[in-house]
Amino acid sequence: MSSLLGNIFKGWSDYTKSIEDGGHHQYEHMYAMVIDLDKCTGCNACSTACYAENNLAPVGEDLFGARQAMHWLRIERYFDEPDVGEADADTQSRGASFLPMMCQHCNAAPCEPVCPVSATYHTPDGLNAQIYNRCIGSRYCANNCPYRVRYFNFYDHPQTAWPAPMDQQLNPDISVRSKGVMEKCTFCIQRTRAARDLAKREGREMKDGDVQTACQQTCPTSAILFGDLLDESSAVAKAWKRQQVMLGKYKQDKANPELRGYRVFEELNVDPKVLYLERVREV
Amino acid sequence: MSPQKHLTQEQTKDIDENIAWAKINTDVLRSMQNPRRGYWVAMAISVCLFSVMIFAEVYQYNVGMGPSGLNTSHMWDLYISTFVFWIGMSHSGTLLSAILHLVHADWRKPIYRFAEAMTTFSLMTAGIFPIIHLGRVWNFHWVMPYVSDRGIWPNFRSPLVWDAFAITTYLTSSVLFLYIGMIPDLAICRDNATGWRKTLYTWLSLGWRGDDRQWRNFRFTYLMIACLLIPLAVSVHSIVSMDFAMSIMPGWHVTTFPPYFVAGALYSGCAAIITLFILLRYFFKFEQYMTFPILDKVCKLTFVIAMVWTYLNLVEFASVWYGHDIPSKEVLIAKATGPYSPFFWGMMIFGSALPFALLSQWVRRNMYVLFFVSIFLNVGMWLERWMIVTPTLSLGYHPQAFNIMWPGWVEWAMVGGSFGWFGMLFLIFVKVFPCVSMYEVKEMVFHRKRTVYEDVDEMMELHSGVPGPKAPSTPPTGGQ
Repeated sequence: MSSLLGNIFKGWSDYTKSIEDGGHHQYEHMYAMVIDLDKCTGCNACSTACYAENNLAPVGEDLFGARQAMHWLRIERYFDEPDVGEADADTQSRGASFLPMMCQHCNAAPCEPVCPVSATYHTPDGLNAQIYNRCIGSRYCANNCPYRVRYFNFYDHPQTAWPAPMDQQLNPDISVRSKGVMEKCTFCIQRTRAARDLAKREGREMKDGDVQTACQQTCPTSAILFGDLLDESSAVAKAWKRQQVMLGKYKQDKANPELRGYRVFEELNVDPKVLYLERVREV
Repeated sequence: MSPQKHLTQEQTKDIDENIAWAKINTDVLRSMQNPRRGYWVAMAISVCLFSVMIFAEVYQYNVGMGPSGLNTSHMWDLYISTFVFWIGMSHSGTLLSAILHLVHADWRKPIYRFAEAMTTFSLMTAGIFPIIHLGRVWNFHWVMPYVSDRGIWPNFRSPLVWDAFAITTYLTSSVLFLYIGMIPDLAICRDNATGWRKTLYTWLSLGWRGDDRQWRNFRFTYLMIACLLIPLAVSVHSIVSMDFAMSIMPGWHVTTFPPYFVAGALYSGCAAIITLFILLRYFFKFEQYMTFPILDKVCKLTFVIAMVWTYLNLVEFASVWYGHDIPSKEVLIAKATGPYSPFFWGMMIFGSALPFALLSQWVRRNMYVLFFVSIFLNVGMWLERWMIVTPTLSLGYHPQAFNIMWPGWVEWAMVGGSFGWFGMLFLIFVKVFPCVSMYEVKEMVFHRKRTVYEDVDEMMELHSGVPGPKAPSTPPTGGQ
């Protein structure tokens, strides 16, 4: 009984702290990302790397067309930019704006409270995790995700996606998901865990650069940064500070409006942890 | 003033008060015997539809959710909209039996039994959908807090878990309510049955003899369950509406959803009562019990609820239209002008305009017209649920995910099969259980005396000028 009351009081004090100090969470790490859209060329290498690293099933053209694909990281193309305008005759020749979109690992993730079986939850690493074994496939999380970055196994892909000997290429560090399970970007949690274990074996704290996500590793223009926001010295924390973007806010009050950093849908107060740097174009 | 004239006058009482008690027994018991050809045809259609559903479910179980036509932004579609539709249908029985019981609206008595059966069976139909829409249907019990050696609980913050609780509670209570209200009638069946029916009714009637102590306990129990059921009925559809209202999606995150859903539920339930009323009246020749005055009252009730529903609908539109939530506004505009607009306007016409037909007495008296009106009211209500689920998912927040989706064959098979399953249960019910409450209809019929003596009748008529009850063609044989 005392532990129950203790839990309630602890939950309440965590809640009040998070109100006073935006984005307060008692996490060991808080992994976050920075994506510089000015550097992004839309080459799709990150998406391909994600397929290889995370055992994503290639579903084929038909299912892709039916929007049943499993691309955790997708490059979105936008041709009609507000700055340039659709009316501009050169819009097409100027090329698209690219937006690599993956799970934003929101600190106030709307997918988490709605899952009936708690298959999606927050890890002490500040990651939004998905437990495949627990998922029953009610798909409520995907409906409540404003980014639409949760992907459902509409078919039993492992049966068809990797005919032998293609199955030899599967990453042994991560499971292969069967039909009826929701999945999404994990910020390459298998790499985070491996790096944590390595640091522990070597008897040291984790440092910035220990973990590289597959997309970050592959990006030819180094547009993607990944690291721990709680580590003041990390490149990601510095970039967030430089861009004057804070967690726990649905509207940033930047001293300098010229700063390019923004978070997608932060006005929904879901507190996403991916910072995008706007592309600068000549109009 | 001849007795004959008395019977042919425009009927103003709910039912003819000159029906003999024994005739009520005979008529209702007759309806439970000897299914005619039409019954078997209806049964065959229901079983066929349900078989298609079984086939589709087996296919979906083996292949996955893909063939249903769902995609990355359309995760629910017809599964959840049809689920909401059936939950809505289940509210009619509670309205008629519990609420009208408490306010002593006696006209409910001849028609509440089948409405209550409808409640139970539509809940049993609705309960199928949240289960079959699961990707891993074999793990559906994980949403319930069962004893597990792993010590894992469901997520009590999730509206889907609330759904599971609300629906199982409501189903249990409505089954109990239906059964307890039927006990005196089951005793009548027991007294008149032979063979397996005798055994069945003997067990089910729990030794009912009809003594005053039993009646007193029965009345009390029935009233208590009625009181319990009313808040349950309101809560169950409010909780279903929270599946949507608790989300952050534009078009779903609406404060008025709980009352709006409850009103819509009562509305579609009432429309379904009219449909079944007409069918039972016609096929079972229940003209003396399911009368025009009662039908009139049901129609007026339906109209009032339809207007409440329309009002709440307009409130929702207005608050979105004058609000500053741009995505919600886009969803609303897309509903009215986008690819789903024919269905949206179909919902508005069937749901809000068509009920005005119920104001015409010609419609209320014309069984064929009224039958189709009631069917289309429910078509409108089904479209309403679809228009809640799908247009929101087709838009949402993220432009990249905007897409139009049409249900695949698996989904249609499930929707059709749900009607088959409901029809099957209902058809079995009307032949195994009395679908008119005999003992309560008897309460509506006032008898000055049980046995009619012709000579006394004549003398009384001579002195009072008021015709006495007509002697039944067959002498009354005991009964209740």
